[in-house]
Amino acid sequence: MPVWLSEQEYATLRAACGQMMPSDTGGPGADEADVADYIDTLLGAFTFEPPRIWAGGPTSGRHGGAAGFGDFVSLSRLDELAWRMRIEGSLGVAEREFNGPVIGLQQRYRDGLAALGSDFVDVGRPEQRRRLRADDEFRELLWEHCCEGMYGAPEYGGNRNGIGWSYIGVEGDVQPRGFSDAEVSEP
Amino acid sequence: MSGAADAIVIGSGPGGATVAEVLTRAGWSVVIMEKGRNHLLDPEDPTRPAGDYSNDEIKFISRHFLGPDPLVEPRAFRRNAGEGEHTHVGEVNSIPTTVGGGGTHADGKVPRFREEDFRLHSLLGPQPDAHVEDWPLDYAELEPFYAEVERAIGVAGRAGANPFAAWRSGPYPMPPGAPMYGAVLSSAAAEKVGLHPYEAPTAANSIAYDGRPACNNCGFCAFFGCPIHAKGDPVALLTKAMATGRAQLMSETFVSRILTDGRRATGVEYVDADGATHSKDAGLVVVAGGAIETPRLLLLSGVDHPALGRHLMVHFQTIVVGHFPALGLHPQKGRSVTHVHDDAMVQDDAARGAAAEAGLPWFRGGLVEHSGGGLPIMSARHSPWGRAHAQAMIDGDLRDHMWAFIMQGEDLPYATNTVDLSPSIRDARGYPVARVTYEPGAHELAASKHHGKILQSVLEEMGAEYVIHTSSPGVSYHGIGATPVPESRHVIGTARMGDNPDTAVCDRWGRVHAFDNVIVADSSVFVTASGYGPTLTLVALAARAAHHLAGTKPTGPVGDEADDAGATGPSASTT
Repeated sequence: MPVWLSEQEYATLRAACGQMMPSDTGGPGADEADVADYIDTLLGAFTFEPPRIWAGGPTSGRHGGAAGFGDFVSLSRLDELAWRMRIEGSLGVAEREFNGPVIGLQQRYRDGLAALGSDFVDVGRPEQRRRLRADDEFRELLWEHCCEGMYGAPEYGGNRNGIGWSYIGVEGDVQPRGFSDAEVSEP
Repeated sequence: MSGAADAIVIGSGPGGATVAEVLTRAGWSVVIMEKGRNHLLDPEDPTRPAGDYSNDEIKFISRHFLGPDPLVEPRAFRRNAGEGEHTHVGEVNSIPTTVGGGGTHADGKVPRFREEDFRLHSLLGPQPDAHVEDWPLDYAELEPFYAEVERAIGVAGRAGANPFAAWRSGPYPMPPGAPMYGAVLSSAAAEKVGLHPYEAPTAANSIAYDGRPACNNCGFCAFFGCPIHAKGDPVALLTKAMATGRAQLMSETFVSRILTDGRRATGVEYVDADGATHSKDAGLVVVAGGAIETPRLLLLSGVDHPALGRHLMVHFQTIVVGHFPALGLHPQKGRSVTHVHDDAMVQDDAARGAAAEAGLPWFRGGLVEHSGGGLPIMSARHSPWGRAHAQAMIDGDLRDHMWAFIMQGEDLPYATNTVDLSPSIRDARGYPVARVTYEPGAHELAASKHHGKILQSVLEEMGAEYVIHTSSPGVSYHGIGATPVPESRHVIGTARMGDNPDTAVCDRWGRVHAFDNVIVADSSVFVTASGYGPTLTLVALAARAAHHLAGTKPTGPVGDEADDAGATGPSASTT
């Protein structure tokens, strides 16, 4: 059940992410990593309390220490203003338009997914790629978030069980273990 | 702290923290006003981390955790006045807006300047279009303060490792940390082509020091806050100030104006976290917001001086990257940069010839950092989408097989590179934001081109399959990453110091000439930029200014540090 997108939009997003990072190419794809969930969680960040903007710290528990990443950091008044502007847009609210109107991520995704077409899930892969190539601005936005959703901390909703890190051989967060001097200095 | 404070310090970064530490040690009451949030110190026990910092690429790189958020605190940018009001609004060479300021995100390289950095005009002469001048102080005057702050923040290094270094009165407080594998290889290659790499002086503990643990090499150093406080700048200074009981830290407090009565500042007007405006009285006002926010505040306060906001310098970065398909360089392990070399700061026949060919009397490059990439999201963004993506990430060219040199090239002080108030862009509080006008001059471009070729030869000696060049800001002959907005995070100049009040904003102690009791304690006061990171020098200058105010002297070495092992006296100077 998506947090913010409609079921139809979520299905389109999932298919689009699957084209950006396909599953059958030698590594896990966006589907296995729940990349679409990462993006949906960002778009719906303010449906959580505290909002799902900044994971907590100082450790995730994956390499020792407490599992603190799941305790998201609360936002200040100014933080909330910034992130509501970024996600929701200015929506004609004077407090958010001190430098003019801002189009938020929600609107950009809603428009971008609509432009891919309501039949996007059903068309063949070549056609899906053609439609993605047709909109540079939306594809670049989607790519940025796909990379975050595949390789960022799992607490944000993607990179399920660290699958994005494990297939490329990186540890992700490493506190409090860190690396030994030998691991730093030797091949 | 109710009532008037002895001093209000605006900005909790390295400069502000240093002034707060010295003044509170001398018995002053100090209020530190920081417009960003406190994610650094535990409010209940300032000697402990707040617990918010983490190894999290999304939080620190993608989501502006250390601030400023460019939506609510943007800046405006243009290369020159001919481009109109601005060409870009958003992030412009921002250093963190948070408790700890620029010290929180830096990887902690803290080199000293050399003797000649303070006397460029006398030693090398003028430059066309630039206002190259000598500083109103020299290295010898600053050295005791360098030594004091190195001990206070904890610097790991090896005296004598750099043959070009200025003399020093004592050893580093601790030995260097573990060298990164890639830096071991690039240092060996650099030596083969006649350069002199050495272990970078770094404010990250190589051993437990002053109650803080040794760095555990997690790799999340540059652009990240340290979760364990192994980075000492400015944590050590802030915690020492707070421990006196005479410092009050007010985060989320934006100072909008310095209040004045004739030549005296009486306090400040500020906006609190809820948006309410207040004022507070003080006997002294210290401005330490960095070389962009400091002139902004002085301009918002009505200070009028022909040099205010001028001579902005950023360090023109030359970036040369080599590809090594057969090497696994694992740059994610270690403290981001462990080796550097200074050769580009030293005049030789080749540099003199290249300068003459460019029509310049001389040029200087800057400190060269040996470093790699490493972070997975950053690597992924530069890899292809679609069916080629997974294999590209498994191959890990950007993550594991690239090694780079970044030269922090010396910028000259041009009057046309400026910070002023944007005529139209506001922050979320309603105040005009800083507008940066910046473009590199002939000196920066010629030095970059000359030293870029030398750096390429080192990477080829190291075995690079191919080498690419880029720069920040981008310029036409580099083509890659060609944004004209500088991203060095080194901001310098804009309120230069000097004895002549007609040409300098501040005097030799950082005091604003126009006032009896307003001090600037950041890299705004620099007369020239050198090619070294500005942090340690601005911290030493801040300590010197604060001791002058308090009538105290820098503390000397104690115990085992008091011997002269590691000292390289003035007679050993190489300049």
